[in-house]
Order: sequence, then C-alpha cells, then structure tokens
Amino acid sequence: MSIVWLTQLAQVVVVLALAPLLTGVTRKVRARLLRRRGAPLFQPYRDLLKQIRKEVVVAENASWLFRAAPYIVFATTWVAAALVPTFATGLALGAAADLIVIVALLGTARFMLALAGLDVGTSFGGIGSSREMMFATLAEPAMLMAVFTLSLFAGSTELSSISAFMLGPHAGLNISLALALVALIIVAIGENGRIPVDNPATHLELTMVHEAMILEYSGRHLALIEAAAAVKLLLYLSLIACVFTPWGTAVAGAGALACLLGVAVYALKLLVFGFLLSLFETAIAKMRVFRVPEFLGVALMLGLLGTILLFVSRAPH
Amino acid sequence: MSVATPWFLSELASGCVALLLGLSALAILIAPRRHGSQLIYGACALLTGVLAVTALLALLAPPAARAAIQLAVGLPLGRTLLGFDPLGAAFAVIINVATTLVSGYAIGYGAHAREPRRVVPFYPAFIAGMNLVLLARDAFSFLIGWEFMSLASWALVVSDHASAGNRRAALVYLIMATGGALTLLFAFGLLAGSAGGYEFAQIRSAAHGAAPLVLFLALVGAGSKAGLVPLHAWLPLAHPAAPSHVSALMSGVMTKVAVYGFVRIVFDLVGAPSWWWSIPVLLVAGVTTLLGVLYALMEHDLKRLLAYHTVENIGIIFIGLGLALAFEASGLKSAAALALTAAIFHAFNHSLFKSLLFLGSGAVLHATGERDMERLGGLIHRMPVTALAFLAGCIAISALPPFNGFASEWLTFQAILLSPQLPQWVPRLIVPAVGATLACSAALAATCFVKAFGMTFLGRSRSAAATQARETDRWSRGTMLLLALLCLCAGIVPGFVMDALAPVMQMIIGTRLAVQSSQPWLRIVPIDGARSAYDGALVLGMIVIAALAAALIVRRFASHALRRSAAWDCGFPDASPATQYTAASFAQPIRRVFGTAVFRAREHVTMPRPGDTSPARLQVELHDTLWEALYLPVIRVVDALAEWVNRLQFLTIRRYLTMVFAALVLLLVIVGAWR
Repeated sequence: MSIVWLTQLAQVVVVLALAPLLTGVTRKVRARLLRRRGAPLFQPYRDLLKQIRKEVVVAENASWLFRAAPYIVFATTWVAAALVPTFATGLALGAAADLIVIVALLGTARFMLALAGLDVGTSFGGIGSSREMMFATLAEPAMLMAVFTLSLFAGSTELSSISAFMLGPHAGLNISLALALVALIIVAIGENGRIPVDNPATHLELTMVHEAMILEYSGRHLALIEAAAAVKLLLYLSLIACVFTPWGTAVAGAGALACLLGVAVYALKLLVFGFLLSLFETAIAKMRVFRVPEFLGVALMLGLLGTILLFVSRAPH
Repeated sequence: MSVATPWFLSELASGCVALLLGLSALAILIAPRRHGSQLIYGACALLTGVLAVTALLALLAPPAARAAIQLAVGLPLGRTLLGFDPLGAAFAVIINVATTLVSGYAIGYGAHAREPRRVVPFYPAFIAGMNLVLLARDAFSFLIGWEFMSLASWALVVSDHASAGNRRAALVYLIMATGGALTLLFAFGLLAGSAGGYEFAQIRSAAHGAAPLVLFLALVGAGSKAGLVPLHAWLPLAHPAAPSHVSALMSGVMTKVAVYGFVRIVFDLVGAPSWWWSIPVLLVAGVTTLLGVLYALMEHDLKRLLAYHTVENIGIIFIGLGLALAFEASGLKSAAALALTAAIFHAFNHSLFKSLLFLGSGAVLHATGERDMERLGGLIHRMPVTALAFLAGCIAISALPPFNGFASEWLTFQAILLSPQLPQWVPRLIVPAVGATLACSAALAATCFVKAFGMTFLGRSRSAAATQARETDRWSRGTMLLLALLCLCAGIVPGFVMDALAPVMQMIIGTRLAVQSSQPWLRIVPIDGARSAYDGALVLGMIVIAALAAALIVRRFASHALRRSAAWDCGFPDASPATQYTAASFAQPIRRVFGTAVFRAREHVTMPRPGDTSPARLQVELHDTLWEALYLPVIRVVDALAEWVNRLQFLTIRRYLTMVFAALVLLLVIVGAWR
C-alpha cells in the first residue's frame, strides 16, 4: 500500500520538476538546429522564478475569475499529468481516474483559460479564446477516438492496464495502433500549440492563439500558466511513452532499483521525444489558422478509423 | 416490520397531484392579489418536495410499498390505476427535485410577472400533468396526464401573447404537441390490441404483432416532445417564449417526461426488442446530438441557445437508450444496464443543470431586459452570485469533471466501449461513429458555453442595460446556488445515483450493476475495476489540493504586489466595448469549419468604393436547412390545401344544396355497394 502511495507522490513531484526542463530541451534543440546557440537548458526555471517575483498587473475590469483561473488551470493540468504513469505504473490514484478523465481534465483547464481570455474584454483575448476552442472541438474528439482505440485494444481505459497490456504477450503490431499513434501525435502538437498549429515563441499578436489568450497575464499568474503549459507538454509525451514505448517502466510494486531504472529510462524517452518534436518543428512552416481544422480533422478521422477497424475486426468475446 | 405494512405512497402521491390541481383553481382567484403568486409557488415547491420524497421512497422501498390505487373514474371498460413503479418513481424523483427548486426560484422571480393571472394558474396544472404521466399505470391516465402537461405548458408559452414571435411559437408547439399525442394514442391503441386492455399490466402480458410500428410511433410521439431531430423545431421557439422559470421546467423537466414515455413504451410495454431497433434510435440520437449543439453555437439569444442545447442533451440520452436496446436484444444484460443507467443518470443531470441555466438566464433577463448576448457582458461584476451559479451550470453541461455532466457522459462512453461485444455488424459499424459524434458534441458544447458565459458575464458591458444590471432576489440566488451544489454533488458521488437506479434496472433489464457504495472511497466501477473506474470526489480533492499547493507556493515565495492598470491596447487607448469579441465573432471559426455544410453559411462583404467614407459591411447568411427542407414544404402544401378548401365557404345556396344532394347519393351508393 505505502509503496504505491510513495510512487504516486514521487510522480507528482517528478512531473512538476521535469516539465520546465523538457521545455528547455526542446528550445535548446530547436535553437541548435537553427544554428543558434540558444538559451541554457535551465532557462525556463529561471523564467518562472523571475515571473513569480514580479508584481502582477491586472486589467482594471478583470473579475475574480481572471485571478482564479491560473490556479485552476495549473491544478487540473498538474493532476492530469500526475495520473499518467511516467517511470512506474500502478499509481495509487490511477484507479480514480482513467484516460477519459485525463482528457476531460485538460478540457476543464482549457475551458477556464478560454473564459479568462474573454474576461478583460479585449480583442486579443477573444481571438485567442475563440481559436483555441475551435481547435479543441476537433482535437478533443480526436484524442478521445485515439483513447477508444487504445482501450478497445487493451480492454481497459486505465493507463496502467493499457501499459501493462502493451508490455504483455498479446500486444502486437496493429494497424489501429498505428492510426491511434499518428492521431495522438497530431493532437499533441495541436493541443500544445506547437508549430505548425501555433507558435509558442511568437509575439506578433495576429498569429497568436494560446499566447493571445493569456496576453493580459503577468507575474505569478503568468508563471502558473506557463508552468501548466510545460506540464501539459510533458503529459502528452509521457502518455505516448507510456502507451507506445512501455519498456523499462517499473511495474507496480517493484523495488527501488527498478524505480531508479524507470526514472532513467523515462528521462531518456523524454529526451528522444523532445528532440523529435523540435526536429519536426524546424522542418515545417506554420499553417494558416483555417488550415489547422483540416490538420486536426485528419487526426479525428484516423482515430475514428482505428476505432471502427477494431470494432469490426474483433470477434465478440 | 411485516411485509403487509401499507406505505400509502401511491395515495400520498396521487393526493399531491390532486392538491396541485386544486391549487391551480385557487390560483385563478388569488393570483392577482399581493403575495398571491408567491403563495402559489411556495405551495408548489412544498408539494413537489413531498412528491420527490415520496417517489424516492417508492424507488427504494420493497415492492409491496408500490401497490397502485384504483380510482372510481376512467374508461367505461377499464380502470384508472395510479401508483409508482421503479421506472415511474425514478423519473418522478428527477422531475420533482428540479421542480421544487424551480418553484422556489419562482417565489422570487414570479413576483415580477406583469400579468400573473396568465401564468400562475397554469403552473400547478402543468406540474400535476407531468406527475400524472409518471403515476399512470394505464394508458388512459397516461394520455390524460400527457395532454394536461401539453396544454398547460402551451398556455404558459402563450402567456406573453403580445409578441408575434410568441404567438407563432405557441402555434408551432400546439401543432407538434397534438401530432405527438396522436401518435402516442395510436401506439397505445396498437399495444392494447383488439381486446382493449389498456392497463400496463395487461399490455405487458399480451403479445404484440406490430411492435416495430409501436417503436416508430413512440419515437415520433415521445421524440417530438423531447426534441429529437427533425422534430425539434418547436423547442427553440417555445421554450424561450415562456417566462424563465417555466422555460426551465419545459426544457429541463418536461423533456424528461418524454424520455420516460419512450422508455416506458419501448423498454417496458412492447416486450423483448429486436437488435435492429437500436439502429434508428442510435442514428437519430447521433444526428440530434451533433445538430443540437451546432445550432446552439450559431445562436446569440441566450434562451434559444439553451433550448438548442436541450436538443443536444436529449440526443445524448437517446444514445444511451439506443445502446441499451442493442445490448438487451443481444442478451448482454449488464451492458444494457450500464447504458440505461447512463441514459437515466444523464436525464437527471440534465434536469439539474438545464434548469439552473434557464433560471440564470431568467435572472439576466430580469436584470437587463435582454436575451441577446450581443447586448450583454460584464455581468460577473454586477451579478456575482448568478454568475457563479451559471458558471457551475456551464461546466456541468460541458461535461467537464468534477461536475455531474461528465459522470454520465463517462458512463455512456464506457457503454460505447462495450459494444464490440455485439454480435451484429451493423451496430458495430454505427456505434463508433455515434461515439465520435458524442465526443465531438462534448467539445462543441464546451465551446458553446465558453461563448454563452463569456459573452453574458465576462468582458465589458455592451449596452446601457447591462451596465445598470442589479443582482437578483434572495429566493432566486438561493435556489440557483442549491442547483449548482446538486450538480457538483451528483458529479462527485455518482455511485449513489447509480445504486438508486438499481430497482429500475431490475425491473426493465432483469439485472443490475454492481453495488457502487461498497467500492473503496467513492469510486464508481461500472463493469470491472481493471477495466475502468472513476472517483469524482477524489479527482475534486486532488484538484483542490493541487490548487492549494500552488497557492501556498505562491504565498510563500512569490511577490504579493498587485497593480490595477488599463488593459493592453496596442497603443490605441480608450477602445469602445464594441471592439470586443462578440458572440458572432466568437463562433465565426466554428461557422467556417462546420457551418458551410450544415447551415449553408455564406459571408458577404460589401466594401465601399475607394474614397467613399461609408463603412464596410459584413453580412452572414445562415439557413436553417432542416426547417427549409422538411417543414416549409409541408406548410406550403397545407396552405395550398386550405386555400383550395376555403372556396367552399363562399358558394351560393344552390351549389350547397347540390353538394348536399351529391353527398347523399354518394353515401347511398357506397352503402349499396357495401351490402
């Protein structure tokens, strides 16, 4: 019992501690690929520290919702990330929330952030909220369809069970899995506002989506939102790692050595995925806003196709 | 305690219904008096509260407690039987919990009515009709209650008859309600058969040859009342036309009575379903879900938006019902119980959050006189309590954890994930597509309620009325907060609701889900712990702890300085509130992605000539494709026929005499030929 809780507690800390580093890695790799030197790996930590020490400037007509939203967004994202097995499966809280809940928790965070974008009543907040929600109307069902594929395949919606199934002897190469993986990657790119959907580094207002929504935020509020964004990126990469590359993850109740090994393997996976993400980002140009629905629509269709294939191909049991 | 102890539950419930009818008569006398309407609404709240408790007792009590009572009145050949069985009791709990709170709200809100005599007398009658439908144990009383409900609500829709829009809404509603009742009449006629056994017990024991036709009639009859596409056309007209507390009842509560009618006929009375019955239900439900939310997204009238969302939620409920039909026909009993539980649970949840949202819109309407979101904004500052309650409703209806809408949609998703077990390949092809529609509609609903809440309560006020809005009265605030709290509670302890629905499952499916209250913590495990589980309370707890941790870190390490300043304006100070995003502009991306196909949306831009200083104009053209494709042709045909028949009115006396003579000859010929 206690080891399960200990793992869970460690997981809660690990996702929060590693998330800015992952952001730092992706930025660094991207800079190197563009033949820039780039900021140090630990720059995101310094940025967060700097922001929380600064004074908060709040717009005059901002309501309580504007000030509460960063905390809710951060909390829900953090909880969702803590529910995805990173270095060990069999988390204590895993049984309380399955993959559908994780998707929905991210939905709650997005809902609050979109409302906060509308709170001050400027055009930028509106444009950001409106576009973010439009992306979500395709990305969230695509994600759910990928989740359906995975859970039909593994016979469970819980991540620990799915991960264990993938390690087990019954999992093999399957066309539905491949479709779900592609769908999940597209959703991850879209939901994290990476190129080609959105550019996290842009500061030209008309091209921003996520950044436009949070334009009014500053100081500690901004720090919370940026931390939440980093945790969200980590969550998606952990999710893909947990389901599609489950090797090396410590199984439930394993010893301390297995856990340490799990942490090392997990860090390696994150490094590889972060590198691949940056590589992809440098190789592609940003899309026009109204091309994005087509991009995300592909993910939805792939997810649906994967689900239908499983529905039709599986013998009733 | 002996088994034979009489519980008097049926007597109590029937007595409450009779008292409600009496209240209706009393209201005619005292409504215009000072505090008269408040008295009536208070009595309604009390009686429906008693009804809710009675129904809950009937649901959980042993079967002996549910004995029906027989009335002295009724059809010449039949008896009138009243009493709760588990199905009726479950729905009675659903409708009376919401109705109690709505009536409590009306104590405050109803005082603002300009002509209380047009509203107050019909209100208790409306509630009585709905309860009579649920109490009825024979087709005759069922239809009496159904018509009572329809006519009373029609009178409430037309209560503000000065506006032409309301009169039109009332006409459309009356036609749809008549048609729906007629199809239900036929359905019961077919069920009773030539022997004419109209009691539910008799119908259940008889064999039914025309079962598919009954399914179709029930789908049309109950579906038109519930708002299934394409029979939804009256909802967005009639629900907003009524006073807001009545809108809440019509949209949040009456649609559940329609769902009950469908479940009663198709699951209970007809007998064992065939597997293909699920297909029309699932297809209609899927289309309803998606179209309902898309229509809502295009809508800028707050109350119409909510009415369209009822269409969507009815679709979600019917997805659960369709799945339950498919599972039951294939003998997958526990899966059927899961799907049906999800459907009825969602009906309960929808009754709570839709009532809450309509009450909130009523508060906004009273404070500003506006329903158009383009003229609202910034109300969170002036109506903080309403805003908080409305926000809870928005989160709940968008199916976001930890509120209740998510819990029931989660159960529906779990039911969908069980459907590869179905032996037939047609539903196995349809169900994933329906699942995708459900997933899409959840995300679209979130978008829609970001728009609804954002445009109404956030930003800067877009009109003078919104600037001068005042918070609503104490009764209204209290009941809205209570409804919000119920939404949260049903979301964090869904296991209790699922356990309470077990008798219904026993009655209809013949099995029940595992006992949820014996699970560790407050977890719900619909099928098997290794397969899926959800613990709303724990999720809420984790979110609260995480938020507190974040707040603590901020408190300990961060700067506490906070400065109020002007919003970032890009160097153009004093922008007018008109520069904000509007409801139309917020929905514009959705319109471009989904609207071109569904609504044939077109944008026309008129640019002034160079040098001309007149403003450029952007016009958006939207079509209600369903109305134009289905209803307008029917209206045209009816108009043409009426025009043609109308000529008969202006003939000379000789022509009339000739026609009478001709008709007589014709009849004689027919009679002659018959013999």
